[in-house]
Amino acid sequence: MNPVLKLLIDGGSLTTGQLAQVAGLSVAEVEQQLEQLKKDKIFLGWRPVLDLSHEAAAAAAVRAVIEVKLTPERGGGFNRLAERISRFDEVESCHLMSGGYDLLVFVKGPSLQKVAAFVSERLSTIEGVLSTATHFLLRTYKEQGYLLSGEEGRDARLNVVP
Amino acid sequence: MSTDPQRWVAGHVATLPKSGIRDFFELVSKLKGQDVISLGVGEPDFVTPWHIRKAAIAAIEDGKTCYTSNLGMIELRRAIATYAETHFNVSYRPDDQVIVTVGVSEGLDLAFRAFCNPGDKVMYHQPCYVSYHPSITLAHAEGLAVPTYAKDGFALTAAALRTAWQPGVKMLMLNLPCNPTGGTCDRTQLEQIAAFCREKDLLVLSDEIYSELTFDGTHTSIASLPGMAERTIFLHGFSKAFAMTGWRIGYACGPVPLIDAMMKVHQYSMMCASIIAQEAALEALNNGWEAVVQMRDEYHRRRDLVVRRFNAVGLTCHSPRGSFYAFPNITSTGLSEGDFAIGLLKTEKVAIVPGTAFGPGGRGHVRACFATGYEQLITACDRIDRYVNSLRS
Repeated sequence: MNPVLKLLIDGGSLTTGQLAQVAGLSVAEVEQQLEQLKKDKIFLGWRPVLDLSHEAAAAAAVRAVIEVKLTPERGGGFNRLAERISRFDEVESCHLMSGGYDLLVFVKGPSLQKVAAFVSERLSTIEGVLSTATHFLLRTYKEQGYLLSGEEGRDARLNVVP
Repeated sequence: MSTDPQRWVAGHVATLPKSGIRDFFELVSKLKGQDVISLGVGEPDFVTPWHIRKAAIAAIEDGKTCYTSNLGMIELRRAIATYAETHFNVSYRPDDQVIVTVGVSEGLDLAFRAFCNPGDKVMYHQPCYVSYHPSITLAHAEGLAVPTYAKDGFALTAAALRTAWQPGVKMLMLNLPCNPTGGTCDRTQLEQIAAFCREKDLLVLSDEIYSELTFDGTHTSIASLPGMAERTIFLHGFSKAFAMTGWRIGYACGPVPLIDAMMKVHQYSMMCASIIAQEAALEALNNGWEAVVQMRDEYHRRRDLVVRRFNAVGLTCHSPRGSFYAFPNITSTGLSEGDFAIGLLKTEKVAIVPGTAFGPGGRGHVRACFATGYEQLITACDRIDRYVNSLRS
């Protein structure tokens, strides 16, 4: 695997300069590889992983997961509808699933009412959407590999050990 | 009549020097609260994988709170024997050739106490782990250091063994890959060492705790070489490969009479290793290999980074073939290893360990452990660069 890509997957939040040091490349070479990964549509962008529970304004945001059942279309299956649903700004991510429903959609909105309105007025009214089941997120314990309690990240080791 | 309680301390303990690493630990502890990056920690920065921790929790929930057989749980001994066969190409019977110990440290202590008569000589390569020589002394035996050199990548050579050998040597203590140097021996070098051991009729204690963290080439156990299993105690544990240092769980494998002798000491001193830790170790051997490979790959990348940075700033550093320690030479700065480490700690708040903490052979070197996240590692390297450059300006 491309070493820069492997570090992006494994290496946490390294800057370009740090990536270069770890991979043993120059910064210019790393930037060139990142550019190529973007061109290949493998590397899509950076997003910080945040715990906003203590940030009052941001904590007011509401997140929900929605199970969506669809009618598959001749020729395209679920793709056209899934891509259409993905285009809504409220949708953070959208996945085609095996099992009892077709799409799992993560949405975010400023309030419970706004998210409810999105589901009832914009999502469920799309032709081909058979049903939705919405679950609101109450509390997050782990986000993209990070434990929000922070306990595990704490280095409990002694300073000097033989 | 003296009232000093010191009078009750046994003579060989009273004269035993404290570990040099302890002094450095105290020094670093005084800087608590300051922005110290420690490269002095000889243990993984990873936490034990969750499925292993969960196995221990399940053992507690299931009421597994009793003693086990002195030798350890038979299921664990079977898993250890299978592991030794598949990974090290050496066969042991789980029933009577494997003993589960409280870390490799206990295994070593058992071996020295079981095999050393007062005055026996034990050869060990140096620089080495801090407890080898004291453990030999505590068993009333005599340690005989065999030097390893940076020019050989700190591999032990049969020639050095032959030069150091004296009449009365009974055992050879090996630790490959080695803490603190990261040095190890390839198969050819090991064959030469094995031939020497057969010629001198030596018993070998082989601590292979870092074997899974071999980055270059493949690890060969001396026990797997012809004519060696019958004269080798193979010592291993879970601390390094599975990030299980705090669980204190290891094992020793070898010929029946030798394991039986170690078991006698173990049954009267320790009884058995913790059943909780044994359950966790069983889970590690059965299902832990994916995490081991991931951690090794991570250490490998960090090694390359740290070695590159040390050499770039003019601190000559061989590439350690295994373990998670770099052992650069700092003599180009004009300082001793102790002054270098103290100066670095005081001015740049980076803790590394002076090489002499691992024996006189560590003179001119420092040990830097790279079991630390990239960001801290890079910052530590930046600070070391600044410190070294300030010494030269």
